[in-house]
Amino acid sequence: MNTLVFMQDVTCRYGGKASAQPTIALPNLTVTQGNHTLLLGPSGSGKTTLLNCIAGLQVVLSGRTEVAGADMVSATAGDRDQLRGSKIGMVMQRLHLISAMTIRANLLLAQRLVGTKVDHTFIEYLAQALDIVDKLDRYPRQLSQGEAQRAAIARALVNKPALLLADEPTSALDDKNCAAAIKLLLDQAALHSATLIVATHDDRIKSHFANIVLLGAA
Amino acid sequence: MNQLATAFSIAAAYLREKKLATALNVLLLGLGVGTIIALVLLLAQAEDRMERDSAGIDLVIGAKGSPMQLILSSVFQVDIPTGNILAADAAPIISSPMVKRAVPLALGDSYKGFRIVGASKDYLHLYQGKVAGGRLWEKPLEAVLGADAARATGLGVGAEFVGTHGLAEGGGSEHGDHPYIVVGVLASSGTVMDRLILTDLASVWELHDHTAPPAMASAPSTPAKQNTAKDVKHQHGDKPGNKHDHAHDAKPQHGDKPGNKHDHAHDAKPTPAGKVDDHEHGEDEKREVTAYLIQYATPLAAVSFPRTVNASSAMQAASPALESARLFQLVGVGVTALKGFAVVMMVCAGLGIFIGLMNALDERRADLALLRVLGASPMVVVLSTMLQGAILGILGVILGVTMGHAAAEWIGQTFAASQRVAIGGRVWITQEWWIIGGALVLALVASLMPAWRAYRDATPELLAEK
Repeated sequence: MNTLVFMQDVTCRYGGKASAQPTIALPNLTVTQGNHTLLLGPSGSGKTTLLNCIAGLQVVLSGRTEVAGADMVSATAGDRDQLRGSKIGMVMQRLHLISAMTIRANLLLAQRLVGTKVDHTFIEYLAQALDIVDKLDRYPRQLSQGEAQRAAIARALVNKPALLLADEPTSALDDKNCAAAIKLLLDQAALHSATLIVATHDDRIKSHFANIVLLGAA
Repeated sequence: MNQLATAFSIAAAYLREKKLATALNVLLLGLGVGTIIALVLLLAQAEDRMERDSAGIDLVIGAKGSPMQLILSSVFQVDIPTGNILAADAAPIISSPMVKRAVPLALGDSYKGFRIVGASKDYLHLYQGKVAGGRLWEKPLEAVLGADAARATGLGVGAEFVGTHGLAEGGGSEHGDHPYIVVGVLASSGTVMDRLILTDLASVWELHDHTAPPAMASAPSTPAKQNTAKDVKHQHGDKPGNKHDHAHDAKPQHGDKPGNKHDHAHDAKPTPAGKVDDHEHGEDEKREVTAYLIQYATPLAAVSFPRTVNASSAMQAASPALESARLFQLVGVGVTALKGFAVVMMVCAGLGIFIGLMNALDERRADLALLRVLGASPMVVVLSTMLQGAILGILGVILGVTMGHAAAEWIGQTFAASQRVAIGGRVWITQEWWIIGGALVLALVASLMPAWRAYRDATPELLAEK
């Protein structure tokens, strides 16, 4: 099995780049291709920080971080941007769909930004799979929370990433929708040969994952 | 190229989202650009027109009064003359070896607002006038129409028309018993001549049956050879039974028809009654003309010749170049104020763009960070911000250029109605490129700081902080 994520003795600043933030030591982590992983821990345990380090959103202070074969510590910011765009799909806790653009434009933008050829057929296919095909030409404000979340998942998958990262994808959902959301992520990851890493404090979804990494007091 | 297209799609989406703010910024910039362009267009065309109209005319000799009025009336045909001068008085001056050409003009009548100008055929040489149809006049009451005058009046070769006393449209009574016949139409020369109806000097003298053409008809009271305001009504060849009274300070009575009664002002040299009565004044020197357009034989004449003219008690010399410069100096104050106002509008538009972009950045910090998360390079983020300024600038410029030309055209049409100056909005001048460039630079400068802030703030770590 190919190793997609390898992290060893990693420290970084908690929560972001401000130098006033405390330094946090992250657990060692190895994720192989197809081995969907759950990062489980209470709020403040550093799971989002860990996810951001994998995505190259946070600068690692020490240790080794390799993602899809690339050394994220020595990589330039531009290299990290490129890797993130082409190999990693992210579904953030706040969905961050661009409000000025339709869902279709959001998806097209994600393709254009990494310089891949715009693939309208794949966008239609994804929308069909996520049941938002009739929402493609609507703006994010015109969508329900569930529809917006599916649109965010579609955007994360639009460049056919090897790694799909999801931060608290179910925290605001009731049990029924929670189960549906996690099933959707797993199904889509499987469908597009992506490996899913979910960071959450929601232990309702534990049963869906074979590989669980506990953080903090959890 | 791909990055630019992506940045453009982002910028366009953001501007579409804020339609009202976008429209207001574009409108404000458009108003500033439009005002400046309209002013520049009108001024440039007026300057160009005045330059062409006065090209080849070194000096104008006319009755004493305002030199600018003399130039405006005799060269540009937009004002009333200062009065008349005796051809006899002018004869020794214009026969000076310093004078290459002296073109006499006699003004006073008009047709549908187009001035009827009595002149020698040399007048056509001043403007390289060419006959487009027919021929030049050969005898009194034959008229040749300038291109614009022919087009506007609809008169062609062979047509007859009756001149109206006075220079303003519909201003005075008609010379019904002295119809002109059109014998020629001139090709367009792009000069004042296009708007004139030219005829022999003798036509004007015959119509007014005096030694003086009625140039002073609507002129204000001026010294020397000017007639009084009453001369506005100065009618000759009126129908029997007409009666009008005129102030006189010279020998009265000219060849009016029997039964007419009028007392005429003749501040010109008196002429023998008999010659007057049969409308024959004899030598042309005893006639009056409105002005002489002078071409120097040598540039050195500019030094001494005007002094010679001004030494005469009855005449003055005015330089078209000097008076034009003076006119633009006077007009320039207002134009500068208007331009300043327009620049303030443009700067306000620039500030509007700046404030709009800065506010939008605050709202879209997360969006910009997201672009980086999605793989956008910092260049795309900077470009998307600067392109918003550029798009606003381009739209503002398009609107401004359109409005500026439309305004110039509208003003030109308004002037055209009075046949004064041929200007319009269907021209393009080099200065416009500078205005357009300035507006675009302003819009880009206004977006520089927001772009820098976008570059600084749009880091993926921003989302990590959320």
